[in-house]
Amino acid sequence: MNYEAVIGLEVHVQLKTRSKMFTRAAAGYGFDENTLTDPVVLALPGTLPVMNKEALDKVIRAGLLLGCEIAPVCKWDRKNYFYPDSPKNYQISQYDQPICRRGEVEIELPGPARNIMGEHKRVALTRIHLEEDVGKLNHGESESLIDFNRAGTPLMEIVSEPVIRSAEEAFAYLTALKTVMVYGGISDCDMEKGQMRCDANISIRPAGETTLGTKVELKNLNSISFVRDGIASEIRRQTAVIQAGGRIAQETRDYDGQTGQSQSLRSKEMAHDYRYFPDPDLMPVQVDEDWKNAVRATCPEMPFDRQRRLLQEYGVPYTITSVLIPDSGLADYFEEAARLCGKPQAAGNWIANDLLRELGAAKVALADARVRPAHIAGLVKLVEDRVILSNAAKEVFAEMFRTGEEPSAIVAARGLKAETDTGELEKWCAEAIASNPKSAADFRGGKDSAINAFKGPVMRAAKGKADPRLVDETLRRLLAT
Amino acid sequence: MADDLNFLSIGELSRRLGAGTVSSGEITRSVIARTKAVDGRIRAFNSFNEEDALSHARASDARRAKGGALGPLDGIPIGMKDVISVAGQPLTASSRMLENFVSPYDSTTARRLKAAGAICWGRLNLDEFAMGSSTENSAFASTSNPWDLSRVPGGSSGGSAAAVAAGEAIASLGSDTGGSIRQPAALCGVVGMKPSYGRVSRYGLIAFASSLDQIGPFSRTVGDAAMVLGAIAGHDPRDSTSVRLDVPDYPRAMAEVAASGRKWRLGIPKEYFGEGLDPEVGAAVEAAIAEYRRLGCDVREVSLPHTRYAVGAYYIIATAECSSNLARYDGVRYGHRSKEATDALDIYFKSRAEGFGAEVKRRIILGTYVLSSGYYDAYYLRAQKVRTLIRRDFLEAYREVDAILTPTSPTPAFRKGEKAADPLAMYLNDIYTIGVNLAGLPGISIPCGFTKAGLPVGLQVIGQPFRETELMAVAAAYEAATDWGARRPNL
Amino acid sequence: MPHNEDLKLDHVANLARISLTPEEKERFAAQLGDVLAYIAQLNEVDVSQVEPTAHAFPVVNVWAEDRAEAGLSVEDALRNAPEKRDNMFVVPKVVE
Ligand SMILES: [Mg+2]
Ligand SMILES: [Zn+2]
Repeated sequence: MNYEAVIGLEVHVQLKTRSKMFTRAAAGYGFDENTLTDPVVLALPGTLPVMNKEALDKVIRAGLLLGCEIAPVCKWDRKNYFYPDSPKNYQISQYDQPICRRGEVEIELPGPARNIMGEHKRVALTRIHLEEDVGKLNHGESESLIDFNRAGTPLMEIVSEPVIRSAEEAFAYLTALKTVMVYGGISDCDMEKGQMRCDANISIRPAGETTLGTKVELKNLNSISFVRDGIASEIRRQTAVIQAGGRIAQETRDYDGQTGQSQSLRSKEMAHDYRYFPDPDLMPVQVDEDWKNAVRATCPEMPFDRQRRLLQEYGVPYTITSVLIPDSGLADYFEEAARLCGKPQAAGNWIANDLLRELGAAKVALADARVRPAHIAGLVKLVEDRVILSNAAKEVFAEMFRTGEEPSAIVAARGLKAETDTGELEKWCAEAIASNPKSAADFRGGKDSAINAFKGPVMRAAKGKADPRLVDETLRRLLAT
Repeated sequence: MADDLNFLSIGELSRRLGAGTVSSGEITRSVIARTKAVDGRIRAFNSFNEEDALSHARASDARRAKGGALGPLDGIPIGMKDVISVAGQPLTASSRMLENFVSPYDSTTARRLKAAGAICWGRLNLDEFAMGSSTENSAFASTSNPWDLSRVPGGSSGGSAAAVAAGEAIASLGSDTGGSIRQPAALCGVVGMKPSYGRVSRYGLIAFASSLDQIGPFSRTVGDAAMVLGAIAGHDPRDSTSVRLDVPDYPRAMAEVAASGRKWRLGIPKEYFGEGLDPEVGAAVEAAIAEYRRLGCDVREVSLPHTRYAVGAYYIIATAECSSNLARYDGVRYGHRSKEATDALDIYFKSRAEGFGAEVKRRIILGTYVLSSGYYDAYYLRAQKVRTLIRRDFLEAYREVDAILTPTSPTPAFRKGEKAADPLAMYLNDIYTIGVNLAGLPGISIPCGFTKAGLPVGLQVIGQPFRETELMAVAAAYEAATDWGARRPNL
Repeated sequence: MPHNEDLKLDHVANLARISLTPEEKERFAAQLGDVLAYIAQLNEVDVSQVEPTAHAFPVVNVWAEDRAEAGLSVEDALRNAPEKRDNMFVVPKVVE
């Protein structure tokens, strides 16, 4: 019998804000231990929370981008549980009134080949709510050291419906979600920095079955590929257990990306009773149409919509768009260059291939690149107008990248201009024909390829700067007489 | 008569300071001297810093000498309940849990008192984490009632009330969750006021029950309470529950109301005069009501039908909130950590077992229970709904009256140990004060007589939401016609 | 409303992370039993048509702008720590 997986993902995304969710201590990553705290972060006696407006704007933007219903009113609840990384020993979260409900994430599955677009699906969301992050435990031999810099950082919990069917879909879902968050300026979603974290609820059932199997929660999937590998291995594990006639235990398992193994977290089975109740220190949030419209005005075009537009408007190949789209800055760069030169294909090739390669090699961010879209456009024009030849163009690009000089200036300075003086060319061609009567006869006799015998000498005479097409035309004209 | 400065009102002292006939240094020294002389018997203070107080007094006198006095409170020593944070001072909540905790930050009330030039004086004793009505639940000492050292001063702000009554502070701040300012004020024969919920910032007040807690003043006169309230009231961006309402110049506003010769309509809720009310207390309060009639007020009976459910609703809401508010005391970041703890989980169980006293544990347990899975609707949600009804009762009554008169406490100060074994009896002691917190109203207790045994009796005046001016004007009218506040305990 | 036998002290004390002595358990069970019995009178009230009150004077949208302000120095942050090292709070190793 073959089995199908039923997967729901719980993704935690840190919002990009200057200060924390409920106090104005700075939020950030990579600072010295316990330098981003204040009395509220440390839950000192007498401290109180105050909402961060920007965090609300950002979660509403996320909700609008993903087509969620934004709750007209929502409140804050306390989730009570003791853990050393939790300063208050309760987390301020949203229990029965999340700020966003429903919505969906458009995903793209891998296509049959790298250069062919894959199937698109929509993964339904259950809810998005806002809460606060906890501190970080650093485990030693016999002790754990606690750094509260991360504590109180605005955290968005995005819960999907159990509609994901494979590790590949989960991978595509996280990739798409991350791109939307980055486009919206909501989060950088750097999983290495813990800005995006994922837990997966996984169960399997005989294909076609409609009832759900026992679900296992997989934790610590801290990179997008770990999510894929972890889910794949969990599906294999559950299938093996069932085929061996065993039963799946409802449990939480910890996945180790290094070993590819997961193990049960026994202590998690200690009875949980979060005793949720409305936080009396905070007032409800009321989102009216004006607020939603103000946020909507700041919403960017969605990544896949933009990809479809690039394909239609500019007619660039799918492969190029799939390189440009994930980085909205790069896509902006492309669109400007394409507009300036009117030759999207050529501009796209320079950007997706040469520019990215050079940036990578030089470890330079696009924003810091000396080559701006106008340079690319200028270069494309020079080639288009046959002012320079493709081999010269490569040289011009390399120089532009290094110095940021105008392409035309580089061409002039380095004498890379293509040879277009037809008088000279006539002379070289005539000489070439005169010095090779045999090939001239062959050509006139109908052996078209014989014409190539004249081209070498002409190019040599032109020191490589002659336009091959012009050379060919001229030779044919002279040989015709 | 320098030794008597400590018994004068803020009003009188600020007049003399203004006239240059007394200095903040002299006032502060007389308060310190009195405290050293009597606090061994009263135990109102957990601690005090003589040098710190005197240096602030010197600074105040220097300001004044340069003509830069900051107002009526400049140079006045004001005692602080040990749940209100003052930067650099201990903040213990009278609990072993915080015995060695020193606060690195100022509460908003402390910041505002300092801005008014007042001297934050000492750390005043209370029932541990403000949970109690007798100050016997302090982990350090049980405060004595200055009128009878064998009796309790009430609570939870017993230290704040006793300090003012015994002349160890000119005025003080307390906190009131279910009567913790008004009841000890009544039992110690001083003025104690609980402002409307949201009027005074809670930032820096150790939370007991967040939706009920409110900071307020203890003083010798209603006028003094008005001055202190004026200094600490007002919107605070650090407290999401503080209201954006202008704060009147209370003393001036009260004078205007009084001058207008307004005829007050006062309500007497019959539910507050039933069984359990001590006859002597009842008689004193009836006499006070008669005095109001004599003053030409329109006194009529009103009904607050849900009064009998107030204590029940209160103990569900207050304990539920406290069970969560006190979770932060875990021995990890600050506070008591058990020496016995062997692993991380152990730190919680043992530190909290050693750090909290019986009443705090009892309330955390009860609050945890009422919030636990399956019971939320039956307890917390239902209590929140009953709370709505109790608040409605008051707002109904205020359609026909300006203020409500009741006893503050059903009995005068009781003997130490008398109710210690019976929590429920202790809880029922708050029966007249709790409704005010549930409804978020302002309430004040003023002296209205003494029992034959010489124990003070308090009259509670309950006002309308954010109408503290009218409330205090009503109280001041009675105060002006009597002189109960002038008596002093002899120690 | 559940009856006070339901007060499972061990379970509740575990949730509250407080270890109780046998004496405390016995005493609390009796005392809280009284309180719960008293509280049970709330059942008399018909609240079917009543909205709960979370705040006596509710307002909405109380927030601050997203401006970072100076917080505590590491020294102040750790001043009251029972045990600290390398600018961090120390607890016995936490095993998940
Ligand atoms: Mg969750
Ligand atoms: Zn979460």
